[in-house]
Amino acid sequence: METAPDPASTSPAKPANAANPAAAHGRPDYIDIRDFSFFYGTNQAIHHVSLTIPERQVTAFIGPSGCGKSTLLRNLNRMNDLIDGVRHEGDIFVNDVSIYDPYVEVISLRKRIGMVFQKSNPFPKSIYENVVYPLRVAGQNDRKLLDETVERSLNGAALWDEVKDRLNDSALGLSGGQMQRLCIARAIANRPEILLMDEPCSALDPLATVKIESLIHELKKEFTIVIVTHNMQQATRCSDFTALFYLGKLVEYDTTEKIFKSPAQKQTEDYISGRFG
Amino acid sequence: MHAPAKRSDIRKFARTKGEVYVWVTSMGLTIGLVMVIFLLGLILWNGIGVFWPKPVAQLTLLANSAALMGTETGLAGEIVKKRTRAGQAADAPPMEEYQLFTANRDAYGASFKYVDASEITAITYPRDLLAIERLEYGDAIGYPVAITTADGQSIVYASPDFRPTLDRLVRASADRRHEIERIERSEIGKINARMASLRVRERAISRSGQERPEEIARITAEIATLQTKYETLAAEARTLREQQTLDTLTLRLPSGQERTILFGDIVLTTFPNQLGFFEKTGLFLHNFWYFLSQNPREANTEGGIFPAIFGTFVMTLLMSVAVMPFGVIAAIYLREYAVQGFFVRAVRIAVNNLAGVPSIVFGVFGLGFFVYFVGGTLDSVFFKDTLPTPTFGTGGIFWAALTLALMTVPVVIVATEEALAAVPRGVREGSLACGASKWQTIQRIVLPASAPGILTGLILAMARGAGEVAPLMLVGVVKLAPSLPLDGTFPFFHLERKFMHLGFHIYDLGFQSPDSEAAKPMVFATTLLLIILVVILNFAAIIIRERLRKRYATGVF
Repeated sequence: METAPDPASTSPAKPANAANPAAAHGRPDYIDIRDFSFFYGTNQAIHHVSLTIPERQVTAFIGPSGCGKSTLLRNLNRMNDLIDGVRHEGDIFVNDVSIYDPYVEVISLRKRIGMVFQKSNPFPKSIYENVVYPLRVAGQNDRKLLDETVERSLNGAALWDEVKDRLNDSALGLSGGQMQRLCIARAIANRPEILLMDEPCSALDPLATVKIESLIHELKKEFTIVIVTHNMQQATRCSDFTALFYLGKLVEYDTTEKIFKSPAQKQTEDYISGRFG
Repeated sequence: MHAPAKRSDIRKFARTKGEVYVWVTSMGLTIGLVMVIFLLGLILWNGIGVFWPKPVAQLTLLANSAALMGTETGLAGEIVKKRTRAGQAADAPPMEEYQLFTANRDAYGASFKYVDASEITAITYPRDLLAIERLEYGDAIGYPVAITTADGQSIVYASPDFRPTLDRLVRASADRRHEIERIERSEIGKINARMASLRVRERAISRSGQERPEEIARITAEIATLQTKYETLAAEARTLREQQTLDTLTLRLPSGQERTILFGDIVLTTFPNQLGFFEKTGLFLHNFWYFLSQNPREANTEGGIFPAIFGTFVMTLLMSVAVMPFGVIAAIYLREYAVQGFFVRAVRIAVNNLAGVPSIVFGVFGLGFFVYFVGGTLDSVFFKDTLPTPTFGTGGIFWAALTLALMTVPVVIVATEEALAAVPRGVREGSLACGASKWQTIQRIVLPASAPGILTGLILAMARGAGEVAPLMLVGVVKLAPSLPLDGTFPFFHLERKFMHLGFHIYDLGFQSPDSEAAKPMVFATTLLLIILVVILNFAAIIIRERLRKRYATGVF
């Protein structure tokens, strides 16, 4: 639904305390999370988080298990709406429009935000049908366009050369790393603006991980990427900005270089040096 | 001293190995398997044995007992079994008796006789004994004497022409019988259907009170032409019927008297004691095919069971077609859309309990709701002109299929719910994250992935539905259906027709037929066919399921 956004929900003046290292580095911010809290029933998973994520950069969310980083990521495309008994406070703006705006349809929101999950989840269909699925559900059935999309997306996910001769085979016959790259190809097939990655390498071997990390570097040119990771080396290797979460609170958010070399918070230093978490 | 040590050994063994309980579980499986194999073996043996030609024995009896049996020389027949006679004093020496299938029911008054072993002086298997399968009164067994043909010629058994003439005349009478059947069933049937619809039209016009003399005249004229056509055909059939009575076969029964049999009544003749192995095999196959492909005769105790096979098949397919969407849609709502809570739990328990309701209750419901209410309403709206003769307002194959669909829907719902629940959450989320709506996710991802599980439910439902009899008796099954639910007259698929069913056929043969002893082999054969039919239907579903499973195989999640 492409309705004019309700003026009330467009970006008002930003609160002064928002973590915004990107602006300081001259990058326009794209996702703006404002005083966001999230509850599973009575259990609060995220406490008043405010941060902005810059366009066409890789932003990593790190932190110990259960710190709310995945929950926050899954809120960016409202995947958490599917769980019973959740509620949120605060707001999230993507490109200055609130994702909770009643005029924003959750389906069209998800079309703009691709997502890659921790466990690769190819559909029980052919490789071809897996990639074109976002187009099919959007009602796009033009064969030529679908063919182009498959080649472009699989190339984008560095998988084309490996599977181009067996596009009609079942996707479930691929290896773990190939499956995850297929999921990335699927996530970028409909040219989203943002790509969310929820620990995309946690189930993969080092070689596959390297492939996906270099892929992230490539994808950065086109998409705004938010990645959740447990692996701090990975965060240093492929992200531009890093946010550390602990117990549902944002501890520190800055450029990756600064976080890992000269953190402002004692907690950050302890975490990255492995003293807790 | 030795025993306790042994016991503790056993205990130690049981404790350390822990495999003892594997034996217990395997025992359970073994008992189940033995019972199933025994049951199937019994049905298979008895069911197949019906079609295997058996030798016919000639019993020579002691003079006084022969007189008691009302015969001059003795008895002949297939020896069915030999058993110790019941009801004797405990100290008396055991007495054996033979059960003999004597056939010739018209002459003896019964098809079976018990003969004491002590009264028999000799058992022989004469080569000249002829067994005849007849249209009426069951089989005849006797010594052929002569054939009298239509032109008065008589061919005695000793003449070399006897066998060829016998075969020729039997074949000629079979051809004529088919011709009569063709004329009466299909041609006269068509004329009758047309006349009935014309009469309905005529009645509708007169009932509506409109004056349309030209149309009435047209209808009357057409009825008159049809009537002439009918009379020509009827005369043709009558001539053929007369021809059926012209040639005769004279037979001397084993009991002594002579009988004359019309060739028109003969279905098949064999000399059972002259058959070699290959001839017996050929006859076996012929009998089996005859049983599969022909209509029943003589209150279902003779002939084939084709209409029952066909009825069961069509009814089960209709039921599957009805139960699938119904059950799957209900399960999708329960599992995917409904808010899980007290109400949904209650519905789920109710559905599960529905599976335990006695099937006859579903039959009563089907009769009340489908037949009388829905069918009656349909009749009063669409078939007003034929009333008071009901069209849909009486039992029929459609109502029977719907009733059974209702009965088996819990099975499909439960299986579908399980299958839907087994689709991994990750795949659903993946689909939603691609911008698919919930319905698109269900339709494109969840349903294909759960199709094998849904088909398992359908297989269970079919197995239950195909074997069900009680509810069918109320909603459309009959002992003898005049026509199949699927045939060449418009609209080809007659959902309102009554039908025959293998399960009901078993009940009817075994417990409702005048001669249950004679019907016993047919009961086994029919049971065998019902089992084969269910197995075939299940196999078809299993093959489809395996195909789907291969296509949508959910690998590693």
